[in-house]
Amino acid sequence: MITVGIDVGTRNTKIALMEDGGKILLTKAAKTSFDFNNTAKQLFDNALSELGLKPTDIEYIVATGFGRYRIEFRDINVTDITANSRGAKFFYPGTRSVLDIGAGNSRAAKIDEKGKVVKFRSTEKCAAGGGGFLEKIAFYTGFDVADIGAVALSSKNPVPISTVCSVFAESEVINLVTQEVPMEDILMGAHLSVVGRVLITLKQVGVEPELTITGGLVLNPAIPKVLEEKLNLRPNVSPNLFYAGAVGAAVLGYKRLMKKRGLQAG
Amino acid sequence: MSEIYSVGVDAGSTYTKAAVIDGEGRLVATSILMTGVRINDAAKKAFNDVLQKSGISEKQVTILVGTGYGRYNITFGNMQVTEISCHAKGAHYLFPKTRTVLDMGGQDTKAIRINERGEVVDFCMNDKCAAGTGRFIEGAAKVLGLSLKEVGELSLKGKKPVKISSTCAVFAETETMEQLAWGNSIEDVLYGVHTSMAVRSIGLLRRVGIEPELTFTGGVSQNVGMIKCLEEQLNMKVNTSSLTMYCGAIGAALFGLEKVRASQLVAVRG
Repeated sequence: MITVGIDVGTRNTKIALMEDGGKILLTKAAKTSFDFNNTAKQLFDNALSELGLKPTDIEYIVATGFGRYRIEFRDINVTDITANSRGAKFFYPGTRSVLDIGAGNSRAAKIDEKGKVVKFRSTEKCAAGGGGFLEKIAFYTGFDVADIGAVALSSKNPVPISTVCSVFAESEVINLVTQEVPMEDILMGAHLSVVGRVLITLKQVGVEPELTITGGLVLNPAIPKVLEEKLNLRPNVSPNLFYAGAVGAAVLGYKRLMKKRGLQAG
Repeated sequence: MSEIYSVGVDAGSTYTKAAVIDGEGRLVATSILMTGVRINDAAKKAFNDVLQKSGISEKQVTILVGTGYGRYNITFGNMQVTEISCHAKGAHYLFPKTRTVLDMGGQDTKAIRINERGEVVDFCMNDKCAAGTGRFIEGAAKVLGLSLKEVGELSLKGKKPVKISSTCAVFAETETMEQLAWGNSIEDVLYGVHTSMAVRSIGLLRRVGIEPELTFTGGVSQNVGMIKCLEEQLNMKVNTSSLTMYCGAIGAALFGLEKVRASQLVAVRG
């Protein structure tokens, strides 16, 4: 039984195709475009042809992420928090806390041993605590966004960023750049600022090991490092967790389908 | 005695503006350019540009006053005055009956209540974040690939403002994208963006008290969509002109002129 999870994020749309809610057949991502449905449909069509599948082979499609309501070919939608938590648990079964840091905002959730969300908080009102800020900083410091984490880790004297607002922090960084402060110190300061913000959200729900990080920022090595230092706890992190939302959605789709058919999910 | 020329330079977050006022208090010329990253360079350029437009040389400048968020980065000025005082003075100069000033710039929005002499009585501003500033409109414009002028004009064609739920200026981009994805027209989305900004700034204005006449200054005062939405939401006429974006620089130059006159007085008395 093949189920599909589609996670429409602010920056990237991710897709996961799974067999029986337990085996990942494929994961792929594309930049989210103006037309959410079209981006998702293309990803879906490409995934099918890559795996040699027909649309009728797919039994259930679950959409998640901020643009989930726009996916016209979905069967159901689930919230990002639910999907990410399920995805985190799929990759790390011992997960009790999930920290999802995306481009737009970040979310913290506490889950029980079954993977059910017990408590959650999100930074949805304000962009501080989202990865989008780091993209801007990468631009101003002249680095590729994929490299800034590694550069930041080489910093000896991180410069604190005093403002919370991403827009103001951007101006602050521009000033630091013109003052010729070493780039790695500015970048580390920017990472510390994002993590500082995210930690407030995380602490509101309470941190319980194991902590798993999901979302676009799992690809940035400085984030887990700084989190570990601040929390005195090593978080689970791996590049797969970039797809946690899509994978979680596909798992939830499988469970939902089994329930509908009166079967017990494995 | 040689003629007096007072120059005001307003280093804003997005644009740097300059204005020259002569000894009679007449506005001689104005100039504007992008601030960019080197604030002092932008200020120097705006200064040179406005001198050229005024047809005077640097030696003829009696005093130079800096204002705006980058005023302390202007290394060649004689004095600095806060932008609140300058905007108040500039608005009062352009519209003498002004009692309330709404200054909307690229990264900040201020509500200022002034007295009949153009002095600040009370003020209030967004100090914690960029919500409710020109940055929000910039975000919407960026998504649409339009200029700030175009988004203002297009919003006038909107029939019904779309409800905008975000306040964070960074989220203006995703919110615009989302609203368009829901099938709303660009015009209605932009009408909504401007309306939400107007409502937000009225919240700020109420904290200082809205007393007519209201003068709208700063870069966003050049946006026709914003003027319309403000008048709609406030139910009153809003003063604005092509010069209101120079209010900070004009006010700074006027402070310079006052200073020169005061020192001449001292000189005469002495």
